[in-house]
Amino acid sequence: MTRTPSGEVALDIRDLRIDLATAEGPRPIVNGLDLRVGRGSIHGLAGESGSGKTITALAVLGLLPASMSVSGSIVLGAAAAGGEPIELVGSSAAVLGGVRGRRVAMVFQDPSTSLHPQLAVGRQLTDHVRHHLGLREAEARARAAALLTRVHVPDAETALGKYPHQFSGGQRQRIAIAVALACGPDVLLADEPTTALDVTVQAGVLQLLRELVDDMGLSVLLVTHDLGVMSSVADEVTVMRAGAVVESGPRSQLFTAPRHEYTKSLLAALPGSTFEEDPAELAAELVAGHEAPAVPTVLPDGNDAPQERDDV
Amino acid sequence: MTRTAGDTGTTAGPRRNMRRGPARVRGTGHPFARYVLRRVVTSLLLLVGVTLVTFVLTNLVPGDPVAASLGQRAAEDPAIVAQFRAEYGLDKPLVVQYVTYLGNLLHGNLGTSTTTHNAVSSDLAAAVPATLEIALGAIVLSVLIGVLFGTLAAYRRGKTTDHVLRVVSLAGLSVPTFWLALVLYYAFYFQLHIAPGSGRLSSDFNVPPTITGLYTVDALLAGQLDTFLDALSHLFLPVLVLTLYTVGLLTRFVRTAVLEILDQDYVRAARAKGLPTRTVVRAYVLRGASVPILTVVGLAFGSLLSGTVLVESVFSWPGIGSYAYQSASHLDLPGVMGVGLVIGATYLLVNLVVDILYGVIDPRVRLA
Repeated sequence: MTRTPSGEVALDIRDLRIDLATAEGPRPIVNGLDLRVGRGSIHGLAGESGSGKTITALAVLGLLPASMSVSGSIVLGAAAAGGEPIELVGSSAAVLGGVRGRRVAMVFQDPSTSLHPQLAVGRQLTDHVRHHLGLREAEARARAAALLTRVHVPDAETALGKYPHQFSGGQRQRIAIAVALACGPDVLLADEPTTALDVTVQAGVLQLLRELVDDMGLSVLLVTHDLGVMSSVADEVTVMRAGAVVESGPRSQLFTAPRHEYTKSLLAALPGSTFEEDPAELAAELVAGHEAPAVPTVLPDGNDAPQERDDV
Repeated sequence: MTRTAGDTGTTAGPRRNMRRGPARVRGTGHPFARYVLRRVVTSLLLLVGVTLVTFVLTNLVPGDPVAASLGQRAAEDPAIVAQFRAEYGLDKPLVVQYVTYLGNLLHGNLGTSTTTHNAVSSDLAAAVPATLEIALGAIVLSVLIGVLFGTLAAYRRGKTTDHVLRVVSLAGLSVPTFWLALVLYYAFYFQLHIAPGSGRLSSDFNVPPTITGLYTVDALLAGQLDTFLDALSHLFLPVLVLTLYTVGLLTRFVRTAVLEILDQDYVRAARAKGLPTRTVVRAYVLRGASVPILTVVGLAFGSLLSGTVLVESVFSWPGIGSYAYQSASHLDLPGVMGVGLVIGATYLLVNLVVDILYGVIDPRVRLA
């Protein structure tokens, strides 16, 4: 299951700083983040609520609220088909419009709110395809049906005519993933894609992500607070706390030999953890990983990380 | 679409089927058809309630219709009064009077106005289209302008556009309708001579052949373009007065609704898909805000109907408002009850249309 990325970088974030304008002056939310997502790999971005993970993902798409300012560099690597790398920080609306949905797509935490409840699934799967790729409706629908089949939504033709509330939570997230993949993006930003789902369907959605990476060469930035999720699919892991990187490295290293106290405390905080007695044993358990429980939001040593709404 | 009780009930005997009769009726057919049917039945029941309320309220008013209708000398003569009461059935118990009233209603008989001495039904048939013409004009204009202003204000939140629109909508809400009507009438008719005088048509035009009762529509259907333009110019001021208030209301409400939708994940998701802003606004934001907007448009239509009473008096518009004022001031009970019934029925109809539209715009209602 360990995987060697091709060495190419799909998404290169350097010294990313995001400040929130407040009445008392700018308040840093992300403070000098460095992160590289290798092509054809899953890079996990871990950290508790409020550590700036979601904001980082939104910054890649240039979708931060007007009250936030960004500096640093986010470079989208050259497309598989060729072309130049693109600097995303500070680029024009036209450039971002061509990147969003087409080169970089996003899957949100809760598919029951990220899909429009009043629009048929087929419409939501095709409107951006028609916009970006200029396909006709019939072509776009055929493509959408194929995509639904690809993400294992049964009876794709009928599904196109249905509305989100007619599907289960797991199916909805598969549909949201299909929407994200519809224009064949290079990079997928997955923001807590399994958090809102039943534990029983989480594994299936993660397995789907892994499949897509292995089969299509997709590069994924997987944002999650759940180390159990991380341990089961991520190739590389970056741990964030209060807007800064605490530790970064290959999954196996991070779970077997965490260097930083904070990473150790996250691992130790897993209920039923045997980490303090035998780190290797826990790591093996996690890497074999099935349903490792989530990290509690209250940390052993407490923290005063800036509070952000996770759904910003 | 849904599996019905009948699908699986093939083994059940006739007695069992009969017992399950009502359940089968509910379970049959398209869910949206059932939804509409339920709303229609509810509205009809409420309509019966409206007749009861108008009847009771009208009979509770502290004023003697006999005295109002007969004049003082006749009212002092017991024989004439008794004859009047017998003629109008006023000597019978209230319950009997109500049943008679309902029976007459079913035959389209709303009694005879003691003011105009016409059948109330024919008076109303002439007045309703007049009011409908300004009310529909005002609601259509208000929705178009209000949705545009509200959306603009939400997108430009905290900027100059937002502040200007806030002042405009507050002004529309705060200025009293009758005052505005008088001022505009004075300015546009007496001073500027731009607007035509009162009424629905200038005196040198003939009423177009009645099809809908809306002069503008009828004139167009008859191909009378000059009549259409004259009717339209008469509509201008009353519609403007009514529109200003409703636009104020809708702008503020739409702004709030759109701001709430802008914070939804699906709007963020639509932007993350790289869709152009106008698509995001039209297909995602306004569609999401359409349910609360529809609710407030229904309410606004109600307040607009009450606004027509004042506006119609100022512009001598021969609509329901003028008729209500005239019947009420003459204690013309059949007229008052007729107006009450029409206004009550209009509210019910508007609510019914709003409920049905909920189903049209929201699949969760339609397919639930």
